[in-house]
Amino acid sequence: MSTPTKIKVATTWLDGCSGCHMSFLDMDERLIELVRQVDIVYSPLVDTKILPDDVDVGILEGSISSEDDLEKALAFRKHCKILVSLGDCAVNGNVPAMRNHFKLSDVVDRAYRDTVTTQPQIPTRGVPALLSVVKPIHGVVGVDVFVPGCPPSADAIWYVLSELIGGRIPDPSTVTRFGA
Amino acid sequence: MPPPAKQPNVRVVTLNIDGRDLSAREDETIIEVCRENQIPIPSLCYLDGLSVWGACRLCLVELAGQGRLLAACSTRVAEGMQILTNTEKLQRYRRTIVELLFAERNHVCSVCVSNGHCELQYLAQKCGVDHVRVPYRQVAYPVDSSHEMFRLDHDRCILCTRCVRVCDEIEGAHTWDVMGRGSDCRVITDMAQPWGESDTCTSCGKCVQVCPTGALVKQGTSVGEMVKDQHFLPILARRRHAQ
Repeated sequence: MSTPTKIKVATTWLDGCSGCHMSFLDMDERLIELVRQVDIVYSPLVDTKILPDDVDVGILEGSISSEDDLEKALAFRKHCKILVSLGDCAVNGNVPAMRNHFKLSDVVDRAYRDTVTTQPQIPTRGVPALLSVVKPIHGVVGVDVFVPGCPPSADAIWYVLSELIGGRIPDPSTVTRFGA
Repeated sequence: MPPPAKQPNVRVVTLNIDGRDLSAREDETIIEVCRENQIPIPSLCYLDGLSVWGACRLCLVELAGQGRLLAACSTRVAEGMQILTNTEKLQRYRRTIVELLFAERNHVCSVCVSNGHCELQYLAQKCGVDHVRVPYRQVAYPVDSSHEMFRLDHDRCILCTRCVRVCDEIEGAHTWDVMGRGSDCRVITDMAQPWGESDTCTSCGKCVQVCPTGALVKQGTSVGEMVKDQHFLPILARRRHAQ
């Protein structure tokens, strides 16, 4: 009996709260079933530091708010056969995009000058520059599967992954929605 | 369009909706017949008990022999009508309409007090809106918290005018109206004064209950806590028209 080929899955978080990854972990004992069928080749949940060249399913949480987010989204699109937007930030901008109503300089001032009492300064070293407009993932690269929800429930993520493992394209509208 | 006055001795017509042969009173609209027969038709501006507005276009249906689509809320049934309520074309249009509503203002469901009790959020899921294909406008709209009991957030308003109609037709106060055009269009209280300074508002809260989204809510509600109760409306409306 040959072991079935595992599909390669990569995940990362962009501008979000990591809650969607927490919801992923909320799959609990189903995670054991999952590791029999998938290899997590790159993720904040594992140690690998480099995104492999050929990934079957890429999962992005969070919206595109900085140059680093943008680079990661482009890299995921380039190296993943199927790209999944996981959660409302990735799907519609959600809370991170609420800063789009303000000028970026005002947002940065608010965070680093107006509300601090000692040594107000704007960090420039070691942090990626923020983009002027926060966008959902599909505002920058093509996305194949959209999983709305804040966060999508563990059941919804399990359904989506099960369908993808089975070689089918899921319809997440049956199990989750904006806001969830 | 005023609510159809129920007349005695009204004729019964037969028609076909989605392949089902149905009979209905000739003074009924297509949406009323569909609701009576558990045929789902999405709508946001239509609400049983209020006059017909026909603005949201979500209830559009196809009628055999007609090139154009008809709003089910504002079209009376007629003998021999053959109606389709859920074709691929209609699904596509409905999805687009809902997406445009999301793109125009700021419906951030996850931080909305009506999360989980919102008709727009529900319809988005029903219509398969798993993302919005047009760019968001990203324009901030004002919030009016001047009323001691209620709050108005234009970011969540879809301009269905249920508040305008319930205030005029049921409460009889006509505090609400509509001002401006296009994306500047907004609901106003009195002559565009702060709600809390309104001379006409009776603070009955009917507008809050009929609002399909989180645009009109009770003060003091937190995310997901604003549950709407619309039971009063058909009861009041029917008693009024029975007189």
